[in-house]
Amino acid sequence: MKIGVITYPGTLDDRDAQRAVRLAGGTPVPLWHADDSLKGVDAVVLPGGFSYGDYLRCGAIAAKAPATQEVVRLAKQGLPVLGICNGFQVLVESHLLPGGLIRNEHQHFICRDQKLIVENNKTAWTNLFEEGQEITIPLKNGEGGYIASDETLKMLEAENRVVFRYSEVNPNGSMNDIAGLTNERGNVVGLMPHPEHAVEPGFGPDTEIAMRSGVDGLKFFQSVLKALVNA
Amino acid sequence: MRVTNVDTVTQAFEESDKDQPWKELGLKEDEYQSIKDILGRRPTSSELAMYSVMWSEHCSYKSSKIYLRQFGEKVTPEMKKDLMVGMGENAGVVDVGEGLAVTFKVESHNHPSYIEPFQGAATGVGGIVRDILTMGARPVAVMDQLRFGAPESADTARVVHGVTAGISFYGNCLGLPNIGGETVFDKVYQGNPLVNALAVGVMKHEDLKLAKATNPGDLVILFGARTGAEGMAGVSVLASETFDSTGPTKRPAVQVGDPFAEKVLIECCLELFYAGVVAGIQDLGGAGISCATSELASNGGKGMRVQLQDVLLRDDSLTPEEILMSESQERMMGIVPKESLEAFEAIVNKWEVEYSVLGEVIDEDRLYINWGDKEIVNVPPRTVAHDGPVYNRPVAYPSYQDALNANSSSSLKRAENPAELAAQLLAILSSPNQADKSWVTAQYDKYVMGNTALAMPDDAGMVRVSEETGLGITIATDANGKYCQLDPQQGVKLALAEAYRNVAVTGAKPKAVTNCLNFGSPENPEVMWQFKEATQGLADGCLELGIPVTGGNVSFYNQTGDVAIYPTPVVGVLGVIDDVARRIPSGWQDEGNNIYLLGETRDELDGSAWAETIHSHLGGKPPIVDLKKEEQLAQLLHGAAIQGLIESAHDISEGGVAVAIAESCLRFNVGARIWLGDLIDRDNIDMTAALFSESQARVLVAVGREDDVKFQALCEARGVPCVRIGVTDKESEALEIQGIGTMQLNEVREGWAKALPELFG
Repeated sequence: MKIGVITYPGTLDDRDAQRAVRLAGGTPVPLWHADDSLKGVDAVVLPGGFSYGDYLRCGAIAAKAPATQEVVRLAKQGLPVLGICNGFQVLVESHLLPGGLIRNEHQHFICRDQKLIVENNKTAWTNLFEEGQEITIPLKNGEGGYIASDETLKMLEAENRVVFRYSEVNPNGSMNDIAGLTNERGNVVGLMPHPEHAVEPGFGPDTEIAMRSGVDGLKFFQSVLKALVNA
Repeated sequence: MRVTNVDTVTQAFEESDKDQPWKELGLKEDEYQSIKDILGRRPTSSELAMYSVMWSEHCSYKSSKIYLRQFGEKVTPEMKKDLMVGMGENAGVVDVGEGLAVTFKVESHNHPSYIEPFQGAATGVGGIVRDILTMGARPVAVMDQLRFGAPESADTARVVHGVTAGISFYGNCLGLPNIGGETVFDKVYQGNPLVNALAVGVMKHEDLKLAKATNPGDLVILFGARTGAEGMAGVSVLASETFDSTGPTKRPAVQVGDPFAEKVLIECCLELFYAGVVAGIQDLGGAGISCATSELASNGGKGMRVQLQDVLLRDDSLTPEEILMSESQERMMGIVPKESLEAFEAIVNKWEVEYSVLGEVIDEDRLYINWGDKEIVNVPPRTVAHDGPVYNRPVAYPSYQDALNANSSSSLKRAENPAELAAQLLAILSSPNQADKSWVTAQYDKYVMGNTALAMPDDAGMVRVSEETGLGITIATDANGKYCQLDPQQGVKLALAEAYRNVAVTGAKPKAVTNCLNFGSPENPEVMWQFKEATQGLADGCLELGIPVTGGNVSFYNQTGDVAIYPTPVVGVLGVIDDVARRIPSGWQDEGNNIYLLGETRDELDGSAWAETIHSHLGGKPPIVDLKKEEQLAQLLHGAAIQGLIESAHDISEGGVAVAIAESCLRFNVGARIWLGDLIDRDNIDMTAALFSESQARVLVAVGREDDVKFQALCEARGVPCVRIGVTDKESEALEIQGIGTMQLNEVREGWAKALPELFG
């Protein structure tokens, strides 16, 4: 299975996302923002970083890139898409997901091992989790505060489209503790924490068992491979 | 509109006695005279700008050069074996095996960070990262060594907030994990904080690049950000003149950083390197184009012909002198063979990086710079870049030194009962210098790149450099200004010993050294004495440990008015570990591990955290340093890591055994039962010394019961003193120290964790 990873100018976690795909058993395919072809990949990851230096608004310029436009077109036909951190911001700016992301409530950039509750395990990227499962995924952002209108929040909750919720600590002031969302169809998922940083023992978050041994993020990438096989 | 009224070489001949502002540019009268002697005429205003900035203390190392030579002289062939590039280049390069090389360096950005903390610190990160990139390496991690004024001072908060936000902004946006560093508070840094930044990069041996223009006909290309009015003369003025509250307001704009431009520049440069289209490269930092052109030409033993009007500008009204001195960030100068121009253009265009061809390398010992058809610079490049003045400044033993050393901590009152000892432990642990630093470090991304094996709060940072084999590198930096004030020669060896030990406790093998020497004014003979002592101590120490100094940086004039900072030489040690999977954690994780203290404990409390926190005292002599013992200890730890004999190891330094124990508990929230009676009996010390002495060559290790016999045998074989002082107790969630009492970990944690948030919000 070929999973594309888009690199925009200022993307930082592209190689990490490629590694995560490889460790999950997929074949990572590097994609360039200026190309309008996605090279026939079976799914796409929009990785973290500071595309275009976060100028204008985080993700706003990347949302206009030719590769993103193609992602928008194919996502509407069911292509699985995962937006991580800046990638989530790009998905919101592309209107594939509703709401917006603003400066963290406490104003600081924050990097921490974040506990999340998996609220929806029916999406292409979460089908290997249990509903209600607590997982630990590194979070690192300056503008991760999720906001939306009351109406949108009600709709998201009613349709079970909140995929992840912050547990124990809400690190950035997100409304309803929202850490990640999906679209109506469940093929597009965006979240602020970084699953690609919890895929390899020794380099992930700390766990009860051992230092840096957390690999909860691997399931994101294994989930999409399962979804593609079953599709 | 382009400036037309410029001072040309022709005019310099014709108007030979024109008055020039050499003094305002920071030159001394004899320095101005030597420029005239070199050129056989007065310099043009552009030449004067170039010489003044390149001959400043910051660029020329004129006061430190005679001492820095020791680092190249006090070495054995064995020490040089793995050194691919030594001192004098942008950064030293060390062979780490498997065809890979590592380059690392630490540099100061002290003065700009006081004026404008956010941009000062941000561009400090940007500058050191470009130095590493210039060697042909992919930057893979950064660290920062920060020293601020008294924590309760209002201005400290301004500087702390700005500096941490600036590092966070720039480093995070570059996608480089921040894997460690130091945060220290002391009133001596009140008007002169120290903001040092370290970067490390990795390359294949064949990708090594040097800042040289060796081939006549090759093109000189400036690429990256456009040149603007930022940081004008920042190098000579900001970095070489002391802050004086009554002085003139010669305060130029501090550089402004754009990490996005730098990130794109990094990826663009790496692609250029891999495509083999640049023959030489130099980053533009301090002294901008003046530095890049003269150094590239001088290093290659060639000359250069440059058209300055081809520099892409943000502001067309800049004069040629300003263009030569501008410190606009995120720029690089490449030497590109003509036949590679097309390939060069394809890559920079892909990354949407702007560039302009400024001229070419010539087979002549001359740097010619034109402004349109007017010649404004005509100099031998070496005289600008390398043959600046060298001073042997007066040195004097400080008048206060004997009294300071005589004022030992021995008369200070020690705790008389368990409750008092417990209170002292908690007070030290929650003092800003020993407290939890997560308020700072949580603002930095430590995960990006996915190779971070250790990071703060561990003793050292460790990153994997080969995914195939697990090969990794470890870096630790240390400095103790108080020890250095008491004895600069001993103090710098103590910093070296601690950084070396911090690398060793991770299981890595120490391999090379870098440094950032922060001192007061070299024009003060007492400061110069400190500098002389410190450089001698560091060179001797490295020779004794058998690890070479690969490069470094000197920052003088760190003082406010007449009051110099404590001498603060930051020493960084690089280590190598065959497989990062074998690294040793710093905290306790498992139930029932035996806790051993390695090394001997003496009653050494002068200059300690105990003396500072409990008695606000600084005086006496710093702890004894024995580098042979440090080496034995490092070999023991390396052997134990390979055999997998120890579960954790934590360096003992400021705050002594007490702080090391508490930190080991707090790392993973695992309690312990501690008894210090055997240690007290063996080393003939009291409880205060057992807890708080800062004796060197000591490490706290935790060993699983199954490895106990093997481990003790290893200690005996290596001749390292070893005493069991306790056992981990996971369930208790408490730290019990016999003779003192039991403290719940959440209580211990509270004061430690809240100290910095309470001060800085």
